[in-house]
Amino acid sequence: MATTSVMGGAVRRREDPALIRGTGTYTDDIQPVGLLHVAFTRSPVARAKITSLDTSAAKSMPGVVAVFTYDDVSHLGPLLAQVPIGKLRPLLAAGEVNHVGEAIAMVVAEDRYQAQDAADAVEVDYDALPAVIDLKQAASDEIKVHDELESNVIHTWTYHGYWEALGLEDQTPEVDAAIERDDAVVVSLEMTNQRLIPVAIEPRSVMAEYNSGYGKFTVYSSSQVPHALSGAISKTLGLRASDVRVIAPEVGGGFGSKLNVYNDEILTAWASKELGRPVKWTETRREAAGATIHGRGWIGTATLVGTKDGEFLGYKLDAIADMGAYSQNFTVAIPLLGLWIASGQYKMPVGWKVDCVVTNTMTTDAYRGAGRPEAIYYLERAIDAFAHEIGMDPFEVRKKNFWQPDEFPATMGCGFSLDSGNYAAAVDKLIEVSDYAGMRQRQEQARAEGRLVGIGVGSYVEVCGFGPAVLAEIGFSWSQFGLPASFNGSGLVRVNPDGTATVIIGTGPTGQGHQTSWAQIVGDGLGIPFEDIRVFHGDTRDHPMGIGTFGSRSISVDGTATFEATAKVKEKAAKIAAHLLEASAEDIVFADGGAHVAGSPEKTVDWAAIAKTAYQAHTLPEGMESGLEAQAVFSPGNATWPFGTHLAMVEVDAETGDVKLLEYHAVDDCGHVVNPMIVAGQVHGGIAQGIGQAMFEDAIYDDEGNMLTGSLLDYPLPTATDLPALDLHRTVTPSPINPMGVKGIGEAGTIGSAHTLVNAVVDALTPLGVKHIDMPVRPKRVWAAMQEARA
Amino acid sequence: MNVSMTVNGRSVSADVEPRTLLVHFIRENLHLTGTHVGCETGYCGACTVHLDGKPVKSCTIFAVQAEGATITTIEGLASDGELHPVQEGFWERHGLQCGYCTPGMIMSSAALLAENPNPSEDEIRHGIEGNLCRCTGYHNIVRAVEYAGAKMRGEEPAAPDWEEAN
Repeated sequence: MATTSVMGGAVRRREDPALIRGTGTYTDDIQPVGLLHVAFTRSPVARAKITSLDTSAAKSMPGVVAVFTYDDVSHLGPLLAQVPIGKLRPLLAAGEVNHVGEAIAMVVAEDRYQAQDAADAVEVDYDALPAVIDLKQAASDEIKVHDELESNVIHTWTYHGYWEALGLEDQTPEVDAAIERDDAVVVSLEMTNQRLIPVAIEPRSVMAEYNSGYGKFTVYSSSQVPHALSGAISKTLGLRASDVRVIAPEVGGGFGSKLNVYNDEILTAWASKELGRPVKWTETRREAAGATIHGRGWIGTATLVGTKDGEFLGYKLDAIADMGAYSQNFTVAIPLLGLWIASGQYKMPVGWKVDCVVTNTMTTDAYRGAGRPEAIYYLERAIDAFAHEIGMDPFEVRKKNFWQPDEFPATMGCGFSLDSGNYAAAVDKLIEVSDYAGMRQRQEQARAEGRLVGIGVGSYVEVCGFGPAVLAEIGFSWSQFGLPASFNGSGLVRVNPDGTATVIIGTGPTGQGHQTSWAQIVGDGLGIPFEDIRVFHGDTRDHPMGIGTFGSRSISVDGTATFEATAKVKEKAAKIAAHLLEASAEDIVFADGGAHVAGSPEKTVDWAAIAKTAYQAHTLPEGMESGLEAQAVFSPGNATWPFGTHLAMVEVDAETGDVKLLEYHAVDDCGHVVNPMIVAGQVHGGIAQGIGQAMFEDAIYDDEGNMLTGSLLDYPLPTATDLPALDLHRTVTPSPINPMGVKGIGEAGTIGSAHTLVNAVVDALTPLGVKHIDMPVRPKRVWAAMQEARA
Repeated sequence: MNVSMTVNGRSVSADVEPRTLLVHFIRENLHLTGTHVGCETGYCGACTVHLDGKPVKSCTIFAVQAEGATITTIEGLASDGELHPVQEGFWERHGLQCGYCTPGMIMSSAALLAENPNPSEDEIRHGIEGNLCRCTGYHNIVRAVEYAGAKMRGEEPAAPDWEEAN
């Protein structure tokens, strides 16, 4: 059993003992005395005027305490959004509904069964209107979703124009000129990056308790962003944020779906204040499929132009991204994250245009990767088609066009600079560890036997570690929720009088193991044993400011802040130790759970002695403040840019079109790692979600806007038998923008894998002449592509 | 209706509505909240408990259907404070992240090993196919079950397969 506190150790997780015993506390586990339960009446139609709404039957049902509709909550305004472009969501339907699953009435009852019965008894009459679902139809404005908006296209992102202040040059003419060259090889693919349902296994849940005596809230929520939720509730209800304590206890997965603040969270809190009782709402799986944000949902055409010897001359994307009916948190800004990595790991000009359109569907927002898997998918699928077109090995064509190690920091056409990278080194390692040559031989043998075996390569670069202050200028912040605008990270480190340490951070982890990794960072810095360090997160009372956990940002931004707070504590401790040892602070060294004068380890003062001194003012050196704690806020100068290359081998059943994933190898580079076990786990899960998109998952609305994939039977996730063992490796290219050299790893696996899998399937079908298959590559679709190719 | 059963070695009895699901009886009447609800359709397996020694999805049966049964939940798996080898395996091999599917996954894995003490990787994957995990990609869950199997057979578990820091 490893128990080293040193950074880089595969330390067993601090979080696990409670979770494996079933004694961890998730929001729905909390049952205070007098608890009331909420259920919502939701729209079964995609677009309609509500002609009548009758709650009288519901109100008279057993156990029902209250039924609320729009008229009860209209004074609270709509749900706050960080990027308020488009139409904001009313807290309850305001005389019309715009997607299946939209909340119309809120029932509060003594138990959850009674609440659901009464929600079903709310009578609503609808005057149905034609639903806008198809993205091209939506973009045409043939039917407008919202009368008050000028167009269904609520925003357009272009590579050069997204941020006027940067004065970026439009590179589209350069790409177009390349396309016209006589020696140009041009590939163009129209592709769908389908809508997905995040499916955290824990449904969202919120439990709010308002104490009228104290005038204060305690709110538990299954949230990635407790401080943002506190800000949103307090702003909406007209309270001080410090009187709205939000706690994110154990949170059972998020993947971006819990980084939104939702109307149900605001309403549950408001109802508790209205009714003077604790109130809880826990979503059903059907609600999770239709009333929690979705991800992706793009259609578009990717065009890559290059020479026949493999040099890229330029890349263009023309796409439409589905925003859903209402803009919530970052909705419209999601494609912007893709824009920043539009050129991937390659040095070439880019033309990019993504239209954001509203439709009569659930809101889209950040789902693991958020804009980046979409952007990389389009680019890397085009590169793969290009490699097939010119008959070049997919690794070779990529290596030919990578930014070179001596070119970093490398400034891209979007204005941002890639912090560090050695892209070819990751490819070389992948070729070696996977026995790529052997894989190709086995593929040849299989093909000779008439089997359809394919090998797919996919590279990616990611932008993450959101924290640079400049991002606030383009809307990436929580300022709409009354919080500081920047996404700076923060950490507080306190040494207690008994020599143990308490670390308080403003993150909102959903399984990433922050209690473990942060204890490693602080333990490594102070020399206090891992076992003596406690890490607390997800409580707005404990920590004044928190950004939450998303965008692979926690370790590089909040982790760095904690690293810096640790250094400040150590500096003060050295002065106290010097005072106790009658030496100079410069001569103090820390080792073996205490401090001593260099060269005299026999005379050590332990952390308890140092801390006790710190907490009794009269024993401190004159003029020194008492206490032994420090807080730091870290404002990074740039985002971080992890990267890697993945490799998949698949076999397609020539009769049925069934795809079997045979092998998966990956080399990822997230800079230095704090805990390699946790990093591997993040990559495993990320890859599984990318493969899930490539092979199985598809959130489907029919033409009328009915949700056809509202249960896990209709929305298949990968199971244990769908995936092989994953062969993971790393290279280490430290980030220069933070002192630990870390980059972040939460989303990399997802960003690297969907295109890798599809590239493999297309490679398998290349002998038949198939050039592209849209995701998910389910048997029916693959079979149809084979039939078409054979015809 | 009155329902009586033995849960984690304790006799329990309560009046419940006939429609009360076993999982809600366990969570809300017995306050054993380690058993989770993930999908209400029997698909995700987060609610898996042992009923008379066999794994069942407790969101798909009514409490009254468990009349007279012997139930083991995740809280009853460790004995005298000692972790069950499957629990130990999940900790040692990072078989969990958010922990929400974990109780059900552990209960299914323990049932698998009780039936097949030396399963192949393929048999492990089939054995836990009825439990969904969104965090781990199953890789380390399989390794955790392998670890537990080795421990239960008195063998030395294989070394972890994550690449060390460098």
